[in-house]
Amino acid sequence: MTSIRWAAADGWTVTRRYLTHLARQPFQVVMMVAFPILMMLMFGYLLGGGMVVPGGGNYLDFLMPGMFAMTMLFGMSTTMVAVLDDAAKGVTDRFRSLPMAPSAVLVGRSTADMLNSAIGLAAILGCGLVVGWRPHGTVVETVAAIALLLLLRFALLWIGIYLGLVIKTPTMVPLVQTLEFPIGFLSNAFVAASTMPAWLGVAAEWNPLSSTVTAIRDLFGNPGAGGDSWIAGHATLMAAVWPVVLLAIFAPLSVRRYRRLSN
Amino acid sequence: MNSPEWAVVAEGLRKQYGDTVALDGIDLEVPKGTVCGLLGPNGAGKTTAVRILSTLLRVGGGQAKVAGFDVVRQGADVRRNIGLVGQNAAVDEILSGRQNLVMFGRLYHLTPKASARRADELLAQFGLADTGSKPVSQYSGGMRRRLDLAAGLILAPAVLFLDEPTTGLDPRGRNEIWASVRALVATGTTVLLTTQYLEEADQLADRISVIDHGRVIASGTPDELKTAIGGDRIELVLHNAADLGRAAQVVEHAVGETVTTDEDGRRLSAPVRERVLALTEVVRALDDAGIAAEDIGLRRPTLDEVFLRLTGDREHQEAA
Repeated sequence: MTSIRWAAADGWTVTRRYLTHLARQPFQVVMMVAFPILMMLMFGYLLGGGMVVPGGGNYLDFLMPGMFAMTMLFGMSTTMVAVLDDAAKGVTDRFRSLPMAPSAVLVGRSTADMLNSAIGLAAILGCGLVVGWRPHGTVVETVAAIALLLLLRFALLWIGIYLGLVIKTPTMVPLVQTLEFPIGFLSNAFVAASTMPAWLGVAAEWNPLSSTVTAIRDLFGNPGAGGDSWIAGHATLMAAVWPVVLLAIFAPLSVRRYRRLSN
Repeated sequence: MNSPEWAVVAEGLRKQYGDTVALDGIDLEVPKGTVCGLLGPNGAGKTTAVRILSTLLRVGGGQAKVAGFDVVRQGADVRRNIGLVGQNAAVDEILSGRQNLVMFGRLYHLTPKASARRADELLAQFGLADTGSKPVSQYSGGMRRRLDLAAGLILAPAVLFLDEPTTGLDPRGRNEIWASVRALVATGTTVLLTTQYLEEADQLADRISVIDHGRVIASGTPDELKTAIGGDRIELVLHNAADLGRAAQVVEHAVGETVTTDEDGRRLSAPVRERVLALTEVVRALDDAGIAAEDIGLRRPTLDEVFLRLTGDREHQEAA
């Protein structure tokens, strides 16, 4: 076999390892969506009465796209913890001492996490449908929205891999997990940026998460899409540009960091 | 450097992290089919040496060959001919023992069928056949280590690196690992083992290199090293401090060596060569002399003593 085919075969072997994890611990999928569902219930029902959707509309319909994006965001620390765990337990070193394709460790990790995220996203979309949220766009628009969410996850995944390789000690994990909240709240996932103080609103609009949320609100035909600023007006474009920019930064950084394990 | 009878050869191996020198020029020659023990305290450079030889770390200076391949220029060939068992049981805890071995077999580029067959062979060889389908998280420490060892042996490697294979194990787990290593060596595998325990090196290694501060400070067979550092001692605690002088004479006569006494502790000790013989003779001689002892025993030199002695020697030589 050629080296490229070996790289693909090895990547798939490592991917299958994580899929076996899921098969042996199906409860993990529940855990993955439990928190976004909890937030959906809290914001949708507990706090939703006080929420104003710009341009009018049901708050739950406004909130759900935000929850989908939050689910993608929380995946970042999941990836980070998995990478960290393998390094701490010596599994990464074992892989590196085998005659396998060096790329397989990262390729396997990212493929598995994408499959994992797709399952998680399907679960939270299903929950949305249960509480009455509906996509109102065409099939193509709905598929495009889901693709944008997975693209965001793919970019966040590589940030997760990078952080997992950089931080080295598990004591930093809660810090990164905690930081996911301000990143999530400082976006238009829960409230419209227009309701925030001016400067904070600008920061929230330029949060990559917001572009995805605005774009999928538009594609799903949910309320709260659009806005007066340039960034809000070009949300669909930016929902593709932001992840690509993040990928262009963090994928090479992760690969470099992985190679430097041997320094 | 190219001699075919060496499984591992290192010349002047160096590694530096910033200002910290981890390896300060290590030379090693491990003949094929033997066990070489790298003995040293934490931070001595043992793990760094193993990581370089198993291509996990880049060489800082010097050169090394493993199974005939250069660790810098022929890394992939080295990886095909080694097994590495690190300080942690580097196996997947969620997968079963069998699934772990099949996965590693696939990553060694065995076919699915060959991976499955090899996994079953290894599970049987390491006494894990009954528990092969259980998740590793349910394994005992010793079982995990055995699985870890099995994962390092999938291709029946020419050279096996064991980095502190029994650290953190209870005596039963340690014995299990020792038995497995002995069985492997009997089949011709070359083993490079690091350990902090003199006893472990003594049990398993044909030759020992003592490492401290990134340098080999002594090497030889276990017996040579023990002789070099003075060997075992017999220690007595007397019932009555007044007997100390007389007892010293009796013991000195029995073992034929200079006796050290400690009046406050009612204690005396002397080096011995033939352990059991010396013990019997001392007990008989004390009995004949009518001296009562509270405690009597043989003591092997501890690793601390080995180091104090060896590093002391080196400082002495450097001063001279």
